[in-house]
Amino acid sequence: MSEAIVSLRNIDKRYVRGKQSVDVLQGLNLDIPKGDFVALMGPSGSGKTTLLNLIGGLDTPTAGEITVAGQRLDKLSSGGLSHWRANHVGFVFQFYNLMPMLTAQRNVELPLLLTKLSADKRKANAMAALTLVGIADRARHKPNELSGGQAQRVAIARALVADPMLLVCDEPTGDLDRKSADEVLHLLQILNRQHGKSIVMVTHDPKAAEFASRQLHMDKGSLLEAGAPA
Amino acid sequence: MKYFPLIWATLWRKKTRTLFTLLSVVVAFLLFGMLETVNYAFSHPGAGSAGADKVITTNKYSIVLSLPFADLQEIRSVPGVTDATWLTWLGAYYQEQKNFVFALPIDTESYFNVHQHELTVSDAHMKAYRSTRSGALVNVALMKKFGWKVGDKLPIHSTIWTQKNGSLDWTFDIVGTFDVTDPKQANAQAFTVFFHYDLFDEGRSFGKGTVGWIEARIDNPANAAAIAGKIDALFANSPNETKTQPANDFAMTFLKQVGDIGFVLRAILGAVFFTLLFLTGNTMMQSVRERIPELAVLKTLGFTDGQVLALVIAESLLLCLFAALIGLGLSYATLPIIGQALQGVQLDPVALIPGLGAAVLLALIVGLPPALRAMRLNIVDALSGMH
Repeated sequence: MSEAIVSLRNIDKRYVRGKQSVDVLQGLNLDIPKGDFVALMGPSGSGKTTLLNLIGGLDTPTAGEITVAGQRLDKLSSGGLSHWRANHVGFVFQFYNLMPMLTAQRNVELPLLLTKLSADKRKANAMAALTLVGIADRARHKPNELSGGQAQRVAIARALVADPMLLVCDEPTGDLDRKSADEVLHLLQILNRQHGKSIVMVTHDPKAAEFASRQLHMDKGSLLEAGAPA
Repeated sequence: MKYFPLIWATLWRKKTRTLFTLLSVVVAFLLFGMLETVNYAFSHPGAGSAGADKVITTNKYSIVLSLPFADLQEIRSVPGVTDATWLTWLGAYYQEQKNFVFALPIDTESYFNVHQHELTVSDAHMKAYRSTRSGALVNVALMKKFGWKVGDKLPIHSTIWTQKNGSLDWTFDIVGTFDVTDPKQANAQAFTVFFHYDLFDEGRSFGKGTVGWIEARIDNPANAAAIAGKIDALFANSPNETKTQPANDFAMTFLKQVGDIGFVLRAILGAVFFTLLFLTGNTMMQSVRERIPELAVLKTLGFTDGQVLALVIAESLLLCLFAALIGLGLSYATLPIIGQALQGVQLDPVALIPGLGAAVLLALIVGLPPALRAMRLNIVDALSGMH
C-alpha cells in the first residue's frame, strides 16, 4: 500500500454554539493513500464537510491527530495552517467562490501572490493552469461572464496553480447541470490519474462519486464503510 | 505592489458607492486645504521677508482706536528707527460692499521713504499725484480689475469716516498708478488706493489730529522685538498705550478683527471630518460585510490573518489618500483665488502637507474596525454563511 497522504487518528470534533454543544465527529480514523481519489458521501449533517475542513486545514480537531502531507495539522498555529494551506492543498467549492471583480486569470493568480514569483511568472503559471483545465480562451473574462461549468474550471485552475499535492473539493458539481458536472468530474479524474493529484471530494451525487476511485460513507460523525475502487 | 491590482479591483467592486464616497472625501479635503492654508497664514504671520524691517504701532487695546499724531515724533526718536510714517484705514468699498478697496490716506513723503524699495511709481504719475490735492494713486491690479483709467473720478464709500457734510462718500481723481517691486507682494497690495492725508484729515468730521497706526522702518530686522519694546515703553501708563509689532504680524492682526479665525476654521473642519468618519466608516464596514465569503476564500488560499487585515487597511488608505490628493490638489489650485478674496493674504501650500497625515489618520480610523473584523473571520463559519 502506498504512503498515506491523509492520516486521521481518533478524531473528535465538537462545535459549541452558545450553551449548545454538538459532537460532529467521534473517534474517527482514516487513511487516504497518496494519489487516491476519494468520494465522501452521506446525509446532510453526517460530518462530511467538517471532515473535509479538517483535512484541508481550515479547522482543527477537538481531539486526535491529523497528519496531511507529512505535517501534523493539529499542532499548527493559525498562521502555520495558513502557510501550510498555501503550499499543500487546493480548494474547490460548490459555488466556485471566485472574486467577482477579477478576471479568470487574476483569480487563478491569487494563490501565487503568496509566493515570490514575478508578475510575468505568475501570469504564465496562471495561463498554464487555465490551459490545463481547458479554459485559457476565457482568461480575460470575469466570473459573471462565465457559465457555471467554466467558473468551476477556473476555480479548479486556482486550486491547481500552486501545484498542491492534495485537492479538497466540497460538492464541486452541486451547482452544475449534468453535462457540466460530468466535464468537471472528468477533469478531476484526469488530474488524479494523469497528474497524480490526491483528491478528497464531498458529494451527495452517486454519479459524481462513481468518478472517484474510492467511496467513503459517513453517518452521524462516523465512517460506515469503504466502497470498492471504481 | 503585487497586491495593488487586487486592492484596486476590490475598491471598485461597487463603483457607484465608491465614487460617491470618493467625492465626499475629495470635497472634505478640498475644504481642509482651503481652510487650513488660511489658518496657517493667520498663525504664521511672520512667514516671508517682506516687512521684516518695519514695525507697526497701534493702540494697545484695538486697532480701531486711534493714536495721537504727536506719537510719531517720539517714535522717530527711538534708537534704531530710521524713519516713520502714519496712516489711517478708510474702510471703504467701490459701489458695492463686495468691492473692497484698501483705501489709505498717506503722508506722501514719509510713506514713500519708508516703502522706498517696495513700490514703483513713474515720475510722471508721482508728479501728478503730488500736485493734485484730490489725487489718488491706485494699484495697477485694482485699475485692471475695475477697468479704471488715469483721469477717472474715483468715488468710494467709507464705512467709518464721515465728511464734514455728513457724507460717507469720498471722491478722488485717479492721477497715477503704482506697482510692487516684489511679485510675491502683489496680492498684498492688490486692493490699495493711496490718497493725501491732509485731504482726509481736513475733510473728516471727527478724529482730527489722530492717526490709525504708525509704521516705522528700523535699521536691523533682528532688533525688531527690542525696538518694539522701547516704543511701547514710551507710552506705557499714558492715556494711549501702544502695541508695536512686526509689520507681518500686524497684517494678520488686522484681518483677525473678524474673530478667532483659527477656532472658526477648526470648528468647521472638525464638523466636516466628524461627518466624514461616519460616512467613510460606514462604507468600509458595509464593503467588508459584503465580502465576507471572499475574504474567507483568501484565508482558505493561505492568506494569513495579518495579510487580510493589511489588505483591508490598504484599501482604506488607498481610498482616503487618493481622494485626499485630489482634494488637496484642487485646493492648491484655488489658493490664488482665496488669497485675493482675503485681501492679498499670502497662502503657503506647505499648509496642505498635514492633509496627507489627516488622510492617513482617517484611513486608519475608518479602516481598522472592518479590518479587525476581517482578520478575526473564522473561515468555516464565513464559508457556511454564519457571519
